[in-house]
Amino acid sequence: MGGGTSSYQEIEDADLILLWGSNARETHPIFFHHVLKGVKRGARLFVIDPRRTSSAQWADGWLGLEVGSDIALSNAMAREILDAGLENRFFIDHATSGFNEYCRSVDPYTLERGERETGVPAESIRRLAHEYARAQRAELCWTLGITEHHNAVDNVLALINLALLTGHVGKYGSGLNPLRGQNNVQGGGDMGAIPDRLPGFQHVENDSLRNRFEEAWGARIPPRRGLHLSGMFDAMEKGKLTALYILGENPAVSEADQGRARRLLEGLECLVVQDLLMTDTAAMADVVLPAAAGWCESEGTVTSSERKVQRVRRALSPPPGVRDDLEIIYELSRRLGKDWGTPDPKRIWDELRSLSPMHRGMTYERLEALDGIRWPCYDEVHPGELYLHSRLWQKPLLGPQAPFSPVEFEPPVDKLDNQFPLRLTTGRRLDSYNTGAQTSSYSSPLRRGESLDLSPEDGERYGVREGERVKVVSRRGSVIAPVRFDTGLRPGLVFMTLHFPDEVQTNQLTIDAVDPKSGTAEFKASAVRIVKLAASQPG
Amino acid sequence: MEKKKPVTQESFPFIASAPSPTVPVPPGPIPAPPPAASRNEVALTIDGKTARVPEGSTLLEACKTQGIDTPTLCYLENLNPVNVCRVCVVELEGARTLVPACSRRVENGMVVRTDSERVRLSRRMVLEFLASSVDVSTAPELQSYLERYGGQPERYGPAAQAAGEPEAGPAGVHAAPDGLTAATVAQPVKIDNDLYVRDYGKCILCYKCVQACGEEAQNTFAIAVAGRGFDSRISTEFSVPLPDSACVYCGNCIGVCPTGALMFKSEYDMREAGNWKESEQQRTDTICPYCGVGCTLTLHVQDNQIVKATSPLDQEVTRGHLCIKGRFGWQFVRGKDKKKSS
Repeated sequence: MGGGTSSYQEIEDADLILLWGSNARETHPIFFHHVLKGVKRGARLFVIDPRRTSSAQWADGWLGLEVGSDIALSNAMAREILDAGLENRFFIDHATSGFNEYCRSVDPYTLERGERETGVPAESIRRLAHEYARAQRAELCWTLGITEHHNAVDNVLALINLALLTGHVGKYGSGLNPLRGQNNVQGGGDMGAIPDRLPGFQHVENDSLRNRFEEAWGARIPPRRGLHLSGMFDAMEKGKLTALYILGENPAVSEADQGRARRLLEGLECLVVQDLLMTDTAAMADVVLPAAAGWCESEGTVTSSERKVQRVRRALSPPPGVRDDLEIIYELSRRLGKDWGTPDPKRIWDELRSLSPMHRGMTYERLEALDGIRWPCYDEVHPGELYLHSRLWQKPLLGPQAPFSPVEFEPPVDKLDNQFPLRLTTGRRLDSYNTGAQTSSYSSPLRRGESLDLSPEDGERYGVREGERVKVVSRRGSVIAPVRFDTGLRPGLVFMTLHFPDEVQTNQLTIDAVDPKSGTAEFKASAVRIVKLAASQPG
Repeated sequence: MEKKKPVTQESFPFIASAPSPTVPVPPGPIPAPPPAASRNEVALTIDGKTARVPEGSTLLEACKTQGIDTPTLCYLENLNPVNVCRVCVVELEGARTLVPACSRRVENGMVVRTDSERVRLSRRMVLEFLASSVDVSTAPELQSYLERYGGQPERYGPAAQAAGEPEAGPAGVHAAPDGLTAATVAQPVKIDNDLYVRDYGKCILCYKCVQACGEEAQNTFAIAVAGRGFDSRISTEFSVPLPDSACVYCGNCIGVCPTGALMFKSEYDMREAGNWKESEQQRTDTICPYCGVGCTLTLHVQDNQIVKATSPLDQEVTRGHLCIKGRFGWQFVRGKDKKKSS
């Protein structure tokens, strides 16, 4: 099962909160309210981020590491914890496996090497290691700063290793929490929208699990995993994937190395896009299926970052000619020769409950009465689990041991050199969201459009003024953007968002170096240079 | 060009040789938070009846257990009491002054009267002072209290000529009252951005917006109380327009405002145009469409259009608070924008 192990209420009761590769103050503002409640109750907050963000401004310590050096940092922390004898021996012996191999793997990561690879002073690494290991309750939270890398899964494993080393998982106030970037990313995973999983994280390659679905559905399910998004683009490139049906995604803008993504989408024999807005991707489609807004024009559920399944409800009727996602899928099925009848969200949910043990106790009535339930919830008296993995502390241990997974530091794929000396990283701003398809419709006094954010020192170095338009060039493409100075950035680091594709198509620059295990592209680390425009050149 | 390709094998479309399929782990014991410290019971007398409540409760909470509806203006469940409005005062035997029910903790043996003549007079005076100096036309709660306590704000005379923006004049300088007219805080409405309207002629200085903007929720500290006495007012730093302040437009100040002094611009415009029909609005709870925190949004819908987004005060994720996207980011579903390109 994949999901944040803790609940938000535990963040408030923690002694130490680590935000690793997360600017929650701007990207998860209401989660950050819980963080601040914790801070006011005495929790210490550390923020690990190349940028000195508005989240970092609240922290007791900010570790401004080099983009993509997270594993060097976490391995150096682990070595220091072991050196100082601060590891949780009981937990390691009782509930984990692979400890010795892990020790060997982190041994080369001295504090000095950590400092060299990450740019974070050795003393800061040491301090964070000690604080994390000594805390009674420590919450480790991360976002896309960890996962939008070519070695995303390794980054996550490095953090899990730290929690196993210190026993900061499976108990109240200690956990590992990926903060989900979209309102139902977690729910999509829960429902099996992962290449190797069926609903309830049941592995499609496990015959007995798959057979239960096949029996219930009276259909054969391919016994092997499918492709993730990046894999699909590679398959398109090879000509092996020629038709694509996209629901509620805008990959023509959101994919890294946008030029390639568009070229491949254009080369498809058939592109069907189901969306509530006429996005750039929809504009390329052979067939557009106008869909209702799932969160306010449909009935159903979504799952949050604390694994809480909550009801979404229909507050509006969709405009004429627009249908609910379910209706569209049912109609498609009918035309393909199988009539499922009338769509009924509750009936579909009950079918899910019959097949997914972790959702079994979540009737619609209970979801209403309890205002949402955290999975797993195995039966109709189960309250849902506040935190996961309590089994790891049971004597004797319930189930298998949790394995350490040694991982090695590997710098970002897009190397810096004389031609491309600046590290470009991307992220969100408070008032906007992804490609701006939704947020561009309201007028925000905070919005100032796209810019190339860089340190004032680099501004001086390259002789550019604030507001001046410059060309930003990567190995894949170039864009023109106005300069903005940000003292939260250090020399050598520049920042852009993906929010304003009509002004600046930032993904022309980004690299589609993909993590083989998760399929996530390295949006967070591109190599660029800036070129001054001639005075006469129009912006 | 360097590129690292994802794992693909000739056996496309399925990637073979997967790691061993995961087998579900057995469920552990159901996790529970550490037990809360047990609270002793405290017995007190409220309006002649004995009430038993846990120690640490406030008189307001104790009154509630007795079915007593205590008026409040500056109090809110999700904020710490600041004791400024004095409309919740009750009489406590042995105390020289009336005490604010919202913050006074219960003690064994207290004898409390919530509806004595002294309490009623005090509440009436407070409400009259507020209603004589402030425009309470969009404060239905305050109006209902006025009615309950027989307040007659008009007895202070017609409104004196408005002094204009309080920050315009010299601090602390007032003409002597003429005794015939009621001084007011009437002043021009502040409209300096597309999301908020600040109409401080309707402000009763309950401080809730300052708390919500500050350390009770948002921790942005864009506003505070400026001035003294009758010049007191809610202000940004140096009274700068909102877009020049620290404001991040979360709308949490509007969410807690009891008088409509702070209002979403969309609601303000609809009211001005005579199109705001609160009685016809449906409220539906759903989940915000943006990040993965899972904030409950209460959508206020009129004529099949969302006109406002709020969040329930007792919701454990939001405690009634939202961010700018949750408050305002719904406009993309308005019918007229539906066909527009992104």
